[in-house]
Parts: sequence; structure tokens; C-alpha cells
Amino acid sequence: MKIHQISLFLENKPGHLNAICRTLAENQINIVTLSLADTQQFGIVRLIVEDWEKAKEVLEKSGYVVNVREVVAAAVADRPGGMSEMLEIIGKCGVNIEYMYAFALRHGSEAVLVFRFDKPDRAIEALKSAGRDVLDAVTLFGEAK
Amino acid sequence: MNAMNTKPVTENRIWQPEWECMPRQELKALQAVRLREAVTRAMRVPFYREKLTKLGITPEKIRSADDVRHLPFTEKIDFRDNYPLGLTAVERSEIARFQGTSGTTGKPIWTAYTRNDVDRWADLCARFLVSGGVRPEHTVQISFGFGLFTGGFGLHNGIQRLGAAILPVSSGNSARQIMCMQDLRPEVLICTPSYALKLMDDILSGGLDRSSIALEHAHFGGEPWTEAMRERIENGLGILCWNNYGMAECGGPGLSGECVYRNGMHIQEDQFIVEVIDPDSLEPLPYGEKGEFVVTPLCREALPTLRYRTRDIGIIYDNGECACGRTTRRMSRIMGRTDDMLIIRGVNVFPSQIETALMRVEDAAPHYMIEVSRPGALDEVTVLIEVQPGMFSDSMSEMQGIQTRLVKELYAVTGLQMQVKLVGPNTLERFEGKSRRVKDTRNLGC
Repeated sequence: MKIHQISLFLENKPGHLNAICRTLAENQINIVTLSLADTQQFGIVRLIVEDWEKAKEVLEKSGYVVNVREVVAAAVADRPGGMSEMLEIIGKCGVNIEYMYAFALRHGSEAVLVFRFDKPDRAIEALKSAGRDVLDAVTLFGEAK
Repeated sequence: MNAMNTKPVTENRIWQPEWECMPRQELKALQAVRLREAVTRAMRVPFYREKLTKLGITPEKIRSADDVRHLPFTEKIDFRDNYPLGLTAVERSEIARFQGTSGTTGKPIWTAYTRNDVDRWADLCARFLVSGGVRPEHTVQISFGFGLFTGGFGLHNGIQRLGAAILPVSSGNSARQIMCMQDLRPEVLICTPSYALKLMDDILSGGLDRSSIALEHAHFGGEPWTEAMRERIENGLGILCWNNYGMAECGGPGLSGECVYRNGMHIQEDQFIVEVIDPDSLEPLPYGEKGEFVVTPLCREALPTLRYRTRDIGIIYDNGECACGRTTRRMSRIMGRTDDMLIIRGVNVFPSQIETALMRVEDAAPHYMIEVSRPGALDEVTVLIEVQPGMFSDSMSEMQGIQTRLVKELYAVTGLQMQVKLVGPNTLERFEGKSRRVKDTRNLGC
């Protein structure tokens, strides 16, 4: 029920993010979503792509340091309060969110939240028993198309 | 330096004219006698006895000061190999004082003194202090650290010997330093040149009335500095700044110091033979040529170091007699090093130590660069490290944790607060053969 996220180290210099995106484009890899975390000095770019193995391979071949991490993607209603309801479930089960980011799907009335939890399995269980949609890769990438 | 300065910057005084102004012929004869004594003392040290015997050298064979060139060299590593006191020539009961290298890492180099050594050392320090404007009626603020560092207690003894008042503030805490300057109005300051720059910036930016401090002179040591720094501090504070030289392995400060004519630093030749050698061929070079300073103390009883390779590069001038009346040869400022040692805020640092620190954190070591700069008054070190797979994480807090650990390890190994900058893989220069990992933009050349 987890999906793979790849992250890369990014220097805070003009053109660095684009160099990554260009490498993916040249290899016909579509970015479903991405998030950036940054300090004054460097950043971490996190990417969700369908073929993460190929993405890892081509990026590493281009000299990047690539980290692969399993994250949890959950669907949330795209309306006021949708997010808050979700966070309440997570808060109650005592799981900490290390980071998260969201993106809206092109079709439908749902958005997707991507989480890195300290205890992902417990979070998945809590979300499911509250009736929430935890997306696997097939569903996620199916909907994203 | 080509032309000799013939205009004094202040009144010329000499602490021990009987030694400092000896006719050269007598001085050379004295050096020969003392060199023979030094070799006799060195024969008591197994390390030297073995080397000298192998070379067929006995004290009787030393006929002139120039015979020094036949003696074996001593290197820093020899002190480490014979740790702690293997190069010491006297019984423990005869040792009156220990000092050591600033070495914040690992083991220091211990330099032992007999009672006579301590006594002579005080005069050596008094010589360059008096030569550089210090008078018995002055108060001298010592902002060197008191401890193993030879600078603190060495200068302390010299000031005591010449009869001035000692204000031993020790290092650090600029606000307190300035308070002492204002309240007790010392005429002389002793510190590292970079600390003087910091104090100057604090004084000037604090909008202090110059007349609230009475400084006339500053004596600098502990790290290389430049004429440009001298000009900046002299103009900024309206004082005279003086250069002196020495190293723990040869007894600390007092080896040489400037006179009021500033034609280089007068070598205390009655107690030291200083040679300049070609660091590759190890052959002595004629006066006037640039090379590595090699120092042989002639009178030290406890630690009779022979031909110590300082790794400092400079020149011994041979352009006539100095107008001050001293007959001793003069040496230039330190113009560089023959090894990769860095002196940062007065602390000796080798790039290999930095590598050691990096190796303790994941696999941070393989690709790094050390940038040394002096943006303001103080040296700053930034270590650029290429991010390696083993140390990269998608979590920002983990990445910052790694950065913090790197800073901590660097501090633990070098004793210096350094900046750590993580950079992308394959962004730093790669080297074929000998790497040049240090980028020093402080412009300390002379």
C-alpha cells in the first residue's frame, strides 16, 4: 500500500532543478508530483514518478545521489475541511508526520496527500479503518493519467 | 627588501647590548663554542646519539658555527615518535617548566626547560620587547592564552624581566579586553594579529573615544601576518605593531624580533643558529635566498634540538649592518610553508585532521575542499563536502543532523568552529596525483 518516492540532493543554484527535470524528460519519465524542501544552502527535491526504477537509474547515471523511500499516498476530499479530517485521524493514532505534500488530480473531486510517517504501517491501518482511501501505485498512476 | 631602513619608528633601545651587539667575529666564535656544547648535550639523547654516531660526529669535530650543516635534522615527527620526553637531555628533577604546542588535537609536543632555560628565555623575550618599544614604566596587557602555549608565559616572563607591569587578561572576551584597556590604560598589547584586528573593529565600531585607551604598541605572534595588516592596525589604532618569531620546539618566542628600523627580525644569534635550506635538496642556501628556516638553539639544556626543520619559508637578509647597532642577521617575515599546515586563528591545522573528522561521519570524506578566508578580522574555514549516497536522506532534519555532526567532529579534532557546506556530487574539482584541497584566500604572502 506504499508508493516509492525518489529524492535528490539539490544545490541552491540556478538551473539545478531544471537539470533534473530535463534528465527525466529526455527519458520520457513524467513527474506526477514533486515537493521541495530547502535551507539557505541546499535543498531536497522529492519526486513521485510512475517508473521510479528507471528514474533512479537515469538520474544516478547522470551523477545524482538518489534516495528511494516508501511513502503513503491517501485520497482526500477536495473541499474545505477535507485535509483537517485526515490529519485528525493521523493525530489520534499517535503517528508523526515527518513531511507531507499534496496535489490535486486532474479529474474528480479528490486530492492526494503524500506522507512520510515515522510509523507508516500504523498510519495506514488507522486511515483504512476510518474508511479512507490509501492509494497503491496502480490506482495512483491510473488516476493521474 | 632591498633598501635598508635608516629611519627609526621610535626610540632605539637594546636590552642586552653585550650579546646583541657583539662584533661578528666574536659572535661566530661564541656560536662555535656553544654549538659544540649543544652537540655534547644532544649526545645524552639516544635519538641524537645514534644519528650523530652514524655520521661520525663528535663534539670535538665541531670547529666552527658553519659545522652546523653537518648535523642531522630534527622534524616534528621526531617529537611524536619520541613522545613524551624522549628528546629531553636532562633528568626529570632538573626540569623547571613544561610548555607545549597549541596542539588542540592528539598529543602536544612537550618543550621542557631547566631553571637556566627559563632564565635565558625571559631575557630573549625582554630583548624583542625592549627592541619594540616596551619600557619598564609600561603596563602590558597579555591577551595570549595562558597555558601550555609558549606565548603566554614566555612573554609574561619577558615583561617581568624588563620590569614592566603585567596585565594577564589571557585570551577571549573582547568586551573585557577593551574594558581592561580603558580602565587600566596599558600602553602595550600582546596577542595574535588576527585578534588585534577583531579588537580594533570592536573598538572602532563601538564608537570608542581613542583617548580612552592608552595603547602605543602591540606585539604580535602565534600566526603569520602581513605588512598590509600592520598598516591597517597601525593606522586604525594609531599604534606601532611589532613582529617576533619562535616555536615551541625551539623554546618558544624569543628566537627573533624586530628593531625600530624594521629591517626584518634580528635573530638572537648568540643563542640560535638559523639556516635557510632548499626544502627539496636539503642543502643550505646563501643569505638572501628564499628557503626553509632551520633552527638550532645553542643554549637549551633540557631540549637540545638540532637543526629543527620549521617548514616556514623566508629569507635571511645580507644587506649590511642595521642602524640599530645590533650585529645580528635579520630574517624576513614568514612567507609560506613547505607543508600543508594551515594556521587558523593561531591554531595549527593539517588538512589530514579535517579528513579524519569527516571520516567519522558516514562516508563524508572522499570529496571535500577546505576554504580559508578572512572576511573580517578573523579567519573563517568552510569545509565543502560532496553529498554521498550514504549520507543523503529525504528528510531535512536528518540532513541538518549530519551537518551538525560534521561541525561537531571538526571542532573535536581541530578545536575550531568551522562552517560545513554540503554540495552536490561531482561538483568539486578532482585531482590527479597530489590533491590541492585547500583554497586559502587570506592573502598572507608578503
